[in-house]
Order: sequence, then structure tokens, then C-alpha cells
Amino acid sequence: MAEAGRLSLHVPEPEVRPGDTPDFSHVPIPRAGSVERPPVDVDPREIRDLAYSIIRVLNRDGEAVGPWAGTLSDEELLEGLRHMMTLRTFDARMLMAQRQGKTSFYMQHMGEEAVSCAFRKALEPGDMNFPTYRQAGLLIAGGYPMVDMMNQIYSNEADPLKGRQLPIMYSARDHGFFSISGNLGTQFIQAVGWAMASAIKNDTRIAAGWIGDGSTAESDFHAALVFASTYRAPVVLNIVNNQWAISTFQGIARGGSGTFAARGLGFGLPALRVDGNDYLAVHSVAKWAIERARRNLGPTLIEYVTYRVGAHSTSDDPSAYRPKTESDAWPLGDPVIRLKNHLIVRGVWSEERHKQAEAEILDEVITAQKQAEQHGTLHSGGKPSTRDMFEGVYATMPPHLRRQRQQAGV
Amino acid sequence: MPRMTMIEAIRSAMDVAMGRDENVVVFGEDVGYFGGVFRCTAGLQQKYGKSRCFDTPINESGIVGAAIGMAAYGLRPCIEVQFADYVYPAYDQIVSEAARLRYRSNGQFTCPIVIRMPTGGGIFGGQTHSQSPEALFTHVAGLKVVVPSNPYDAKGLLIAAIEDPDPVIFLEPKRLYNGPFDGHYERPVTSWAKHPLSETPEGHYTVPLGRAEVRREGSAVTVLAYGTMVYVAQAAAEDTGVDAEVIDLRTLLPLDLDTIVASVGKTGRCVVVHEATLTSGFGAELAALVQEHCFYNLEAPVMRVTGWDTPYPHAQEWDYFPGPKRVGEALVQVMEA
Repeated sequence: MAEAGRLSLHVPEPEVRPGDTPDFSHVPIPRAGSVERPPVDVDPREIRDLAYSIIRVLNRDGEAVGPWAGTLSDEELLEGLRHMMTLRTFDARMLMAQRQGKTSFYMQHMGEEAVSCAFRKALEPGDMNFPTYRQAGLLIAGGYPMVDMMNQIYSNEADPLKGRQLPIMYSARDHGFFSISGNLGTQFIQAVGWAMASAIKNDTRIAAGWIGDGSTAESDFHAALVFASTYRAPVVLNIVNNQWAISTFQGIARGGSGTFAARGLGFGLPALRVDGNDYLAVHSVAKWAIERARRNLGPTLIEYVTYRVGAHSTSDDPSAYRPKTESDAWPLGDPVIRLKNHLIVRGVWSEERHKQAEAEILDEVITAQKQAEQHGTLHSGGKPSTRDMFEGVYATMPPHLRRQRQQAGV
Repeated sequence: MPRMTMIEAIRSAMDVAMGRDENVVVFGEDVGYFGGVFRCTAGLQQKYGKSRCFDTPINESGIVGAAIGMAAYGLRPCIEVQFADYVYPAYDQIVSEAARLRYRSNGQFTCPIVIRMPTGGGIFGGQTHSQSPEALFTHVAGLKVVVPSNPYDAKGLLIAAIEDPDPVIFLEPKRLYNGPFDGHYERPVTSWAKHPLSETPEGHYTVPLGRAEVRREGSAVTVLAYGTMVYVAQAAAEDTGVDAEVIDLRTLLPLDLDTIVASVGKTGRCVVVHEATLTSGFGAELAALVQEHCFYNLEAPVMRVTGWDTPYPHAQEWDYFPGPKRVGEALVQVMEA
């Protein structure tokens, strides 16, 4: 043992920085199909190893293998592919719209499409998501109109949120999508509270909380795990580990913990890690956790291992802190391509049909965009009224706000 | 009519609200089985069951965050933070979430929660059992802020707060829990039993939010007060013989400006008193409003008597607490101006 000398501070660093060669050889990737699928009523203490492995269904040859395979039909998988492609196209168009000045801000999902799209298909009507700003797949896969999403992004006269919210901070109660907040982590404990309410009312609906790898360091992550554990709330607690929190690599939030999922073990929660770029695996694991919640067996913590291919937001340039080609080296590949290849192997899809679908989807998104733009964009066309700025602070407008509205001349 | 202490009145309010609406749930630290460290929830768990009234982990952000999720589901949580001094871990949830939920979701989600918390000093509570953080909430659009000063109001305002569709910060002056207190700490404490405002109906009634009450009519100067300071102001008026009109604001946000303006219009003078520290305290808002709305009636500068701009001390309790002597001096001074 070293002699006790002066202390020094440990600050974790990613393996590589701009200019270096991307390297994920330190990330152990288990073979597809190699992780067991326990019964949903398993004692969490018996599956502690699942917090350190990665549940995967699609192998390198595009085949679905192992005990987590088989939760989806051909039609459902084709639909899933379409949802992911739609989200990707939607992202591309909105990114461009931001560059064109039609909106002030946008955040893409590139590389993470499978997580929210597949999870959404495992839920039932009435269940409630408490999403972050990077789960728009919940809306796309849930059938929420793209035009309404765009109206929100453009803050136009048809914006369902009346121009009050920053772009992409959607809210869609009837689609099981809780109002997004800019404050990170807050919604994780709220999801637990919603689930507790459902249990208090002896309902059958469950909640899903969402958080990124970086935000797990927020205090509300801890609050959520404590409350979920204490009250055995019917909630699925989802951590999307895309390796990056803006410029900060995941090791800063994770510290010495082996995985984010492992955080759940100390709270007595069953904790699973899943290949976040494997649509089939995400769906299967989501289904398992949702069934657990619905059968009143308690909460589950899931870590989705994925990679944030795009910039953090339209205000971010990742080349300042990570190698430009890092996403190409990501060992779990691209969720769209992997599902596409699987469907081809399955014999229900082809390169031609894929190209055709791409064109159709682009057409659909552009049509929605044109429709939305008829209602205005941030700096031109129809806008929400100034009166709307004063409404909705309270159920009934109090006298001081009435005076201020009058001062504003509306 | 039965007489209640403020504790009993608050407990009764939750009992009535829980009895009338199955969506009302009560929780917080030590709130369940034990009935609260101040006894405000005594018996509620036994009466309504563990799913309606329960203990929580010690995590204020968790308590408020869970309540917001429940409210989004459709419940009406009435939750407790053990001391207002310990609300800060929940500040993000209150300011960023509860206050903004209706606005940011355009009414898709609302947050009808009540956050009860014992507040104020005069009890040798030192730095973390004496604070009056109301100004941290009155500055937040979307919140309502209530401070009762007697059992009748405490029950009526709490029921109104629970039934209100918006989030309400409900600050309970713990110095008033067992009896009124006018700051004359050298005298024996009195109990609520002898005070007319301890007469509290057993059943349902409300005291509307947003309305002040004139506690002492007067013609010389208007005193704006709430919580414990209502009694201190009344004592100061009696001690000095200045014919002060004492207004108990009851709700700080939204504020009953009409009652304030009518009174200052009549008296031409105004003294604002609160326990909280001076700088950027709620008194600053009150003074500014009086100046703005009563400028041509004012015959003297608006004065503020408040806690000093220090953390709340322990040994120096009565040098810190703005008692009847300091308030009385201000009354005399404002009359001489």
C-alpha cells in the first residue's frame, strides 16, 4: 500500500477526445440472446446480475434470438420501423427549420429512436409517461399528430401551448405524455407520485418516468428511487444512457458505479440494462417491466444503453469535446438499420421497400410541415395572442394580473 | 360553537376535506401514524386509512414532487413540510413545477396541491425553526400564499386552499398554534380558549382566499400585518394609544389590495410589519403598492418594522423578533412625521 501523502482530486475523463481515434473496446457487449428472462414476479435480489449485463435480442446477422425475443408480430415490427424512420425524418426537417430561422431551438433523437418508439408500444391507453425532451418517439408512436408537434415548435397561432413554452417542450395529456419541463429530473419523482395516485385509487394504469444519464445525478433521481421503493409504486423508471450530458461524458454522473442500472440495486429495485438500439429488446424489456407494474409487483429501473449521435441541441457543437466519428464506432450500431436488416432477414422487408418508405415518410412529414407553416412560424405569420400570455397562470385571473394585462394594452 | 386551538382547527380542516372528497390525501414526515410533530394530523390515518394519510421518507423534494404527480393524476394532496425552514430542497419542485404546470401545459395538467408548513419565530427555534420565507413564494407567479392568524381562519382558509384549483403555500405560524401571542414574552402565555376567534364550526366552511380582514379599526395609521404580527400590532396600538387600523392580510398572494387602499386612503399613514427579514421581504412589495396606489393620501413615508437582515438567532430571540415595543415606536414615529 502507498504511503499516505498529500491528497489529490480524481476527475474522470472519457477515453478519447477530439482528434483521438474513437474506441469502445472497454464497453463489454454481451452476445444477443445470452441474458436470461426471469418471471415478472422474480425476487429482485435474484437478478442483480441483470443490472450489469445488456439484454439484447438482435444478433449481428439480424436474427432475433434468446428468451427476450418474440414479443412483436411482423406487422408491429414494420410499424415500429416506420415510427423510428418518421421520428428521424421529423428531426431532420425540424433541424433544418431551426437553421432557417423558423424556430429558435430544436433537439434531435438521432440514434435513440428505438427507446421511446418501442417503449410506447408496450403501454396501454391511459398509462402516463413523464418524459424528458428526448422522447418524442412516445408521441410519434402514440399517434399524436405531427402537425401539432410542429405547431408547438413554431410557437404559431395553432400551438397547443399558446406560445408559452420553448420548442419541443410538448404536452399531450390525452396521449399519455406529461408536460415537459426544462428543469432536469423533476419529472422522475412526479412519475412516482402519479403511479402512487393510481395505486391509491385502485386503478389499473401505470406510469413511466424518464431521465438521461447526466440527470441521474440530480437529487430528484434519488427521491424517485426512494419513493418508488418505499411505496412499491406501479412505475417504470427509465434511464436513457446515451453516454453524453451535453459535453460531459457519462462517467461524471456515474462515478464509480459499474452501471446506471446498478443504482437501483441499493433501493431494492429490479434493475435491467438493455440494448437501447435494439427495438425488439427495448420492447420486450419494457413489456416485462410494465407487466410487473400492472400486476402490482412494484417498480422497475431500466437503463437503455445507447449513443447520442447528434449534437445535444441546435445550440451545441459536439466536435468541441468528442471525436467526430465516435458515433460510427459505437458498437450497438444504428437502431433503424438494425431493425431494417432484421425485417429483411425475416423476409418481410427489402431495400427497395425501405427506400420507398423513406420517400413516403419524407412526403408525409413535409405535408405536415406545410400545414403547420400555414399557421405561422416563430417570426412570421400567425402568432398566439398577447392575451394568452396572461391566461392560465391561475385557474381564475387574479386582480393584479388583470391590471398588468390592461397595462400591456390587451 | 366549539372552541379549537389552531392545531385542532387545522386538523379539523383536513378531516372535513378528506371526508368530503376522496381525492384529498395527506402526507409528510411523521404525519401518518404519529399524527405530526405538532399533532396537526392526529387521528387522520386511523380514520381514513394508510392510503389517504401516510408517512414519507425524509425528502422534501420527493414529498412535493410526488404530490405534483398525484395532482396531475387527479388527486388533491395536502402535504406537510415539517418546518418552513426545510422547504428549500423542494424549492425547485414548487417554483419550476407546481407553480408553472397549468401555464406551461395550457391547462392540460393542473396542480391543486396545498403545502402546509409551520413558520415564524418567537419560540427560541434558532436559525432553522423560526424562518418566515413567504417572500420566496410571493415572488413566484402561479402560487398562492396564505398565512392564517387564528383558529377560525386557519380552518376556513385551509379548506378553501384544499378546494382551490391552484397550488397554495399554507404557512402556519407555529407561535400561534396553542394561543395568540402579542410579543409580550415577559407575560404569561394565553390559550385560544379565551379568544373569540377560537370558536370554530365542526363542519365545512371556507374563508375565501384573497381577502384581508380588519382586526382593529382605527383612524390614525394603517398597519399591514399577518400571522403572529397581527397580535403584536394590536398590542402596540394599545400600548401607545395610537389609533391604528390593523389589517390581517391572511392571503399574501393574491393580495386584497382594495382593503389596503381603502384603509390607507382613510388614515393617510402606513406601517408594514413582518417577522421576515427586511431586504426584499414581502413588506417591500406592500410598501411599493401603497406608495403607488395611495401616494396622494400619504402624509408620512411608509414604514417597515421587520426582522433584521440576519439569520434568525437563538439567544437574541427578543432582540430580533419585531415586538410591540419596536412596532409601537414606529406607530409614534409615523404619527410625528
